[in-house]
Amino acid sequence: MENVIQVNGLTMDFGGLRAVDSVDLYVKDKEIVALIGPNGAGKTTFFNCITGIYTPTKGDILVRSTKSQPVRINGFKPNRVTERGLARTFQNIRLFQNMTVLENAMIGKHCRLNAKILGALFRDKKTKAEELKAAQECWEILKKMGLENQCDELACNLPYGDQRKLEIARALATEPRLLLLDEPAAGMNPHETEELTHLIRKIRDEENIAILLIEHDMKLVMNLSERIYVMDHGQKIADGTPMDIRNNPEVIKAYLGEEIDA
Amino acid sequence: MNEIIKSLKVAVWFMFLTFPIMVIKVNTVYHIIEWRWMNMAMIGIGTFLISLLWRYLLERKDKKKPSDGVTLSARAQAYVQSRPLVKKGLGLAVLAALTVIPSFADAYQVNILTVALMYVVLGLGLNIVVGLAGLLDLGYVAFYAVGAYTYALLNHSFGLSFWIVLPLGGFFACIFGILLGFPVLRLRGDYLAIVTLGFGEIIRLVLENWSEFSHGPSGIAGIDRPNFFGLDLTLNQMNGAIYYMMIAFTIVTIFFVARLQNSRIGRAWLALREDDIACQAMGVGRTRTKLMAFALGATWAGLMGVVFAAKTSFINPASFTFLESAIILSIVVLGGMGSIPGVILGALIMILLPEYMRAFSQYRMLIFGGAMVVMMVFRPQGLVSNFRRKYSFHGMDERLGG
Repeated sequence: MENVIQVNGLTMDFGGLRAVDSVDLYVKDKEIVALIGPNGAGKTTFFNCITGIYTPTKGDILVRSTKSQPVRINGFKPNRVTERGLARTFQNIRLFQNMTVLENAMIGKHCRLNAKILGALFRDKKTKAEELKAAQECWEILKKMGLENQCDELACNLPYGDQRKLEIARALATEPRLLLLDEPAAGMNPHETEELTHLIRKIRDEENIAILLIEHDMKLVMNLSERIYVMDHGQKIADGTPMDIRNNPEVIKAYLGEEIDA
Repeated sequence: MNEIIKSLKVAVWFMFLTFPIMVIKVNTVYHIIEWRWMNMAMIGIGTFLISLLWRYLLERKDKKKPSDGVTLSARAQAYVQSRPLVKKGLGLAVLAALTVIPSFADAYQVNILTVALMYVVLGLGLNIVVGLAGLLDLGYVAFYAVGAYTYALLNHSFGLSFWIVLPLGGFFACIFGILLGFPVLRLRGDYLAIVTLGFGEIIRLVLENWSEFSHGPSGIAGIDRPNFFGLDLTLNQMNGAIYYMMIAFTIVTIFFVARLQNSRIGRAWLALREDDIACQAMGVGRTRTKLMAFALGATWAGLMGVVFAAKTSFINPASFTFLESAIILSIVVLGGMGSIPGVILGALIMILLPEYMRAFSQYRMLIFGGAMVVMMVFRPQGLVSNFRRKYSFHGMDERLGG
C-alpha cells in the first residue's frame, strides 16, 4: 500500500519555542491513524502545519494525491493543500454559522467546481448543471451523515453533535484522500462517541479514504485506530499498534507521570 | 415601577447636567443672571418620557426574542419569498410605477429619482464588498471618482462618447479595486476599514492637487451628455432619457448581483465573511475571492461614476468626499447587509427622504444620527434582513429552488 502522506522531520518554531520537534509520520491508504498526547503536546500545531495554516520551520510534508510522484506541500496555502486532497475539521467548531447546512457542505465542494464570474452572471447550462450536481453530491454526503433533514437549517441552529457531523461532512465534500479530524469527539457524551466511532469507520470503508485523527477519548482511539502516534512536548515519543501503545512505559509516563521508586 | 424610578433618576441627572447651559443665562449688557427654571422643567419631563419610552421598547425587543420573531414584516417577507409569482408581480408593479412617473412628475422629481436610482446601484455594488464578503470598505467613493474622471478626462481630451467610456470606466475602476485589494489582503475589520478610508482620501487628494491631470479643485466642466440614438434632446428630455437608462441599469444590476449572490463565488464570499480560516481550509482561495469582491464592487462604482459625470456634465473632487462613502455605506447598513431589497429600500430612504423633507434640512444630520442609533439598537440586521435562498432539495431528480 502507498502512503497518502509522508512527513519527515517536521519542526515548527514559534520564536524560541519549539512546538513540534522533528516529527516523522506516515499514513497509508485507507488507514485510520490516531495522534494522541497530553494537552500542549503540539498535536494541533502539527495539524496546522500539514494543512498549511502554518509554514513549518523545517521538514518535508509529502502528499501523494494521484498515482504520480508525491508533492512537497510545505508553505502551500491552506486552499492549495485542500486541493491536493487533504481535508480537516477543527477542534473548536468553525462552521459558517449563518449559512445553511447544505451551503456549508457546498463550500467544501468549492475547489472541485470551476464556475467563473461569467458563468455566475449569465448562468449558462454548464454552470447550472455543475451547481445542481454539486448540490446533489453534497446532499448525498449529508444523507450519509444523517443530516439530510436539516438541509435548510442554519448551521448555528444545529445541536452540538450535529455541528460536529456537519464539519466532517463539509470536509468530505472536498473529496479528500486523507481526512484530518481534530478532536472529533470533544464534548460528546459516551453514546454520541460510540455513534461517531461507527461513523468514522463507515466513512473509511465507503469512501476509501485514510483518516488521521487527534483525540483524547482513549476508548475511541483504541477501538478505531490501526496505528497510534504519541506526542509529548513537541516530540514523537512512541508509535505502533494500540496494543503496543497501551503497554509502552514512555507513554504511561507521559500521561501519568513518573513512577517513584520505593 | 422600577422603570419609572430609573427614568426619574435619568431625568434628574440630565437636569443637573444641563443646568449651566439651559438654566443660567448671563446677560452681559445689564450684568444680571437670568434663571430660566422653565427650561429645567421641560428637560426633566422630556428626558423622563424619552427614557421611559426607550426602556419600554428595549424590554419589548428582549421579550420578542424567544418567540423567534414572527413579526408582520418577517411574515410578509416569507410570503413574498415563497411565492415567485407575487415577487414578480411586485417587481413589475414597481417597475410600471417608475416608468410612468416622468409623464406627470416635473423635472425635479425625475432628477431626484435618477439620483436615488444611482445610489441604489452604488449601494448594491458596495453590498458585494461589505454585505456579502464582509470587508468593510470606507473608501468606496474612490472608485466612483475613478469612473467619473475616466469619462470626464477621456471626453475632454479625446472626445470619446459616453457609450464607449461606460465599459472603460467600469474597467478602470475594476483595476483600481484590484490595486486596493492587493495590499489589504491580509487585513481584516478595523485595519481594513482604515486602509480603505485612506485609499479613498488619496484618490480625492490626488484629483484635487494634480492640476495638470485633473484640473484640480475647479473640476472639469462641459462634459458631453450621453447620446441616445443620435436624437437631439432638450435638457428635460435628456433628464428623462437618463432616468430611463438608470431604470434599465438598476434592473441589470439587481439581476447580476442576485445571480452572483447565489453562485459558487457568492457562496465563497459568504463563507469568507463567516470564518476566513475555515473558508481557506475548505479549499476556497482567499486571495482570489477577496480580490474578486473588491473588483466587482468597484466596477459598479466605476460605471455609476461615468453616469454621474454624464448626468451632471460637471465634476470636481468635492463630489467625492468621505461623506459620500459614508452615505453609501449607511444605505447598505440601514437597508440590511447582503439583502438586495434592503439595499434598494435603504437607498430610497436615504436619498429621497432628505429631498422631500427640505423643510427640516437644518435638523437633517441630527435626525440622521438619531435614526442610526435607534436602528443599531433595535434592528441591527437592517430594515430587511437577509433572507437566504434555500435549496429545496429532496431527492436526486429535484431541481434547485429559489
